[in-house]
Amino acid sequence: MTDQGIGAPVRRKEDFRFITGQGRYVDDINRPGQAHAYFLRSPHAHAKIKSIDLSAANAAPGVVAIFTGDDIAADKVGGLICGWAIFNKDGSPMRAGPHPALAQGKVRYVGDHVAVVIADTLAQARDAAELINVDYDVLPAVADMAAARKAGAVAVHDEAPNNQFYDWELGDKAGTDAAFAKAKHVTRLDIVNNRLIPNAMEPRAAVGEYDQGTDGLTLYTTSQNPHVARLVLSAFIGLAPEHKFRVIAPDVGGGFGSKIFIYAEETVCVWAARKVNRPVKWTADRTESFLSDAHGRDHVTHAELATDENGKITALRVSTKANMGAYLSTFASSVPTYLYAPLLSGQYNIPAIYAEVEAVYTNTAPVDAYRGAGRPEATFVVERLIEVAARELGKDPAEFRRANFVTQFPHQTPVIMAYDVGDYDASLTKAQQMHDVAGFAARKAASASKGKLRGLGYSAYIEACGIAPSAAVGSLGAGVGLWESAEVRVNPIGTVEILTGSHSHGQGHETTFAQLVSSRLGIPIDNVSIVHGDTDKVQMGMGTYGSRSGAVGMAAISKALDKIEAKAKKVASHVLEASEGDIEFKDGKFTVKGTDKAADFGSIALQAYIAHKFNGQELEPGLKESAFWDPTNFTFPAGVHICELEIDPATGVVTIERWTAVDDFGNVINPLIVEGQVHGGIAQGVGQALLEGAVYDADGQLITASYMDYTMPRAQDLPSYNVGMTITPCPSNPLGIKGCGEAGAIASPPAVINAITNALGHENITMPATPEKVWRAAQSSSHKQAAE
Amino acid sequence: MYAFTHHAATSVADAVNSVGEGKFLAGGHTLIPTMKQRLAMPGHLVDLNKVGELKGISDNGSVLTIKAMSRHAEVAGSDVVRKAIPGLAALAGGIGDPQVRHRGTIGGSVANNDPVADYPAACLALGATIVTDRRRISADDYFQGLFTTALKDNELITAIEFPHADKFAYAKFRNPASLYALVGVAVAKRGGDVRVAVTGAGSNGVFRWTDAEARLAGNFSGSALEGLKVAASGLNGDIHGSAEYRAHLIGVMAKRAVAAA
Repeated sequence: MTDQGIGAPVRRKEDFRFITGQGRYVDDINRPGQAHAYFLRSPHAHAKIKSIDLSAANAAPGVVAIFTGDDIAADKVGGLICGWAIFNKDGSPMRAGPHPALAQGKVRYVGDHVAVVIADTLAQARDAAELINVDYDVLPAVADMAAARKAGAVAVHDEAPNNQFYDWELGDKAGTDAAFAKAKHVTRLDIVNNRLIPNAMEPRAAVGEYDQGTDGLTLYTTSQNPHVARLVLSAFIGLAPEHKFRVIAPDVGGGFGSKIFIYAEETVCVWAARKVNRPVKWTADRTESFLSDAHGRDHVTHAELATDENGKITALRVSTKANMGAYLSTFASSVPTYLYAPLLSGQYNIPAIYAEVEAVYTNTAPVDAYRGAGRPEATFVVERLIEVAARELGKDPAEFRRANFVTQFPHQTPVIMAYDVGDYDASLTKAQQMHDVAGFAARKAASASKGKLRGLGYSAYIEACGIAPSAAVGSLGAGVGLWESAEVRVNPIGTVEILTGSHSHGQGHETTFAQLVSSRLGIPIDNVSIVHGDTDKVQMGMGTYGSRSGAVGMAAISKALDKIEAKAKKVASHVLEASEGDIEFKDGKFTVKGTDKAADFGSIALQAYIAHKFNGQELEPGLKESAFWDPTNFTFPAGVHICELEIDPATGVVTIERWTAVDDFGNVINPLIVEGQVHGGIAQGVGQALLEGAVYDADGQLITASYMDYTMPRAQDLPSYNVGMTITPCPSNPLGIKGCGEAGAIASPPAVINAITNALGHENITMPATPEKVWRAAQSSSHKQAAE
Repeated sequence: MYAFTHHAATSVADAVNSVGEGKFLAGGHTLIPTMKQRLAMPGHLVDLNKVGELKGISDNGSVLTIKAMSRHAEVAGSDVVRKAIPGLAALAGGIGDPQVRHRGTIGGSVANNDPVADYPAACLALGATIVTDRRRISADDYFQGLFTTALKDNELITAIEFPHADKFAYAKFRNPASLYALVGVAVAKRGGDVRVAVTGAGSNGVFRWTDAEARLAGNFSGSALEGLKVAASGLNGDIHGSAEYRAHLIGVMAKRAVAAA
């Protein structure tokens, strides 16, 4: 064990590079002869394109080429895909409309891609785009789900009449209905899970390049999963075979899910690079990010919880409408189905669950996975319902939860998931102690004396991450396997390169992955480099999302390190002239049992490469191993967050006064980084609960298309956090890791809303709980009573 | 951004003579973003940042003079302002964020007359005089609606003069996204004369709340405003706050300004 190994709170190796401006992002990359792309976007939410007149634009200075949907069609460029097949209740497949990279005959949301202008400079491209004359036949738009599902509403896609993309269900309907028929009490709640815009600090960007000499394509892109991007662009969109296609995702400044997907702009840049035989570069400006990055959430749900005479939950029934936007993004179909409904059991014993989900096309930007992806939506449903049920039953919300917790493991829920391990009671108890819940009444009285309303809300969340067992997700409709790969290259002097299929875009892999190697091989983390994000360097991998890089990505590294250790022991047995079974390896040293003979890891690595001490025909020279790890189960991070806040009833301003998070992430590699992930996740969850919300007007214009109107959380909006942990090691991977990247965003919104409704004394508030909404809610609340 | 020519003016006279059909560039915190978005397209910019005549803060014991190119951070940190009208320094210290405060200028803000800007409320409440290269304009005559002022083409603000007050304070409720004023209320008292100016809320820009002035003239305390309502008609409404909410907030912020004054 080194002081930089597993469990050590070492500072991130990559931060010096990032905070001194030495990161290398896609926009930092400029290729010789590069031209610039500017996308002409639809100003209308829904319109037929009658004609496009390019004559003036083509004659503008600096223009290299202008392409439209006709060119994409003529080149037989495949449409953008949705990689997860969902089936309707009646067994028929989902009703997907086409998704061309450049619009063909019709635009379906404001920001849809009408044409791309490629010019010597970006300013020239933009100037030329202003000269393109598009003749639109504007159609009525359906800007929200209610409008889209109204009888007679205009269809976004002919393939989905009435704009219903699918009508899916999970669970035992008859059994659930029967349990409701027998219930002593039923709690009912209507819930809106507000639409969010991801807003990674680095906007999306792409540089496409064609090498005529090798007939090869290179795409530099802001991707969380460059191999998946190459697979899709090769096998489905058909731009080039994989062996002639290199995808590089260098430093990437935040993803939160939005950089998983294969978008139109990146596709067009690399396709166009071959057409014009020049590198083609595009970097989104912030307005383009707002308009065209895949948005998140946007569910409308009716949910019901049945309880018996003993206060035990007997059944849960959920009906959800999920907005898909105008086109299906890469994994859009899976988010409101298999990433959502299987989490509806929460931390609780719920004998019967039935969920039905209707996915709806609207004339808005595509909606896909965003930090948590389905699990925040499920957690919000469960944790709001539980809280309201406890209030209706006159029970303490914490004790009502405790009385219904799953306590025996493994636990098979009625909705697919088999929870492997956990101790929900321990997290709740520790959180209550850390938070000083006992002192809440006194703090509430102090607030009341200042004319303020104080509330406390719980959220006991569970999520499924470490996605995922390949065969299991395949049986649910996934188009890919969700294993991960690793290669460990030991250099002759004992330094190590890890080639991983995971991708770091803020997670700190260069540090945590090196810590694993340090623990295993007894070398300092500075002797380890992490290579990722380049399909020419790294073997096929699946990338980073769903909090999977620890539980799946590091598990693959661990498996490869097992092989390195085994091979090195063979080498050591020759060097130390002992039988292999007598070789022990600990703290970076090989020793021979019962003797003082020893060799350090570096010297054995050197011997492996010079290969003088063993027969090269019997034992291969070198020290390099690879592994693929396919998980045996999802992992189930869980925990309890407590939010305590104060409301100024005069203005409706909510101030978070205290936040306690106790999470069970299994084993922790670097507590500093894990706590940072928790902080960031809570910030995003508080953003959803209080501040953020994408708003389209009835014509489908995005009102919140800049930071003047879209409220990103700022430091001043957030409290100091008390972060604690409980640990039940995960049994389904060798490191006992569960994953921490999304938990904060999943846990926090219901904690905030439960605290606000606790303060107000009624449940009538929706996210984001803006000052005006809270002020109005405070008018109609019995807050004087609540403040007493 | 479209192409434009740039002239760094060396004096007020040079600036006024060379602007032509172009625009003056002060801190640039409104003009530059709108140019980048191609919403503004001046062909010529006259940069005021090197004009020494437009810099400086002074006080003669009864009138505080802030030259037009004074940055918000300079006003906020000025001992002269803090001594003369401390509430004005506090207002300047609450504009935008540190980056904005170190670029944005009082002249630029007053010339732009953004309906959600802070300085117009202070000018109106304090009865400031807007001094230009050619005349003096009282604040009551100067502010004429959304982004509309009494300035003629080519006319350049050189300074703002604020007569001292017995009491002055500004209370702002920020738009949570932009941090501009959703509602800002400035209150000034000079003897029995009270002026109350409201920014952020009016659909025609900054305005005086004369009903509140009348009540406060007799009793300068928050309780004097109890029960006094602002009509929601004539106020802005958007996703951050309806007209009704803004009307309510005017009352709340006015009380807070009186309490702070």
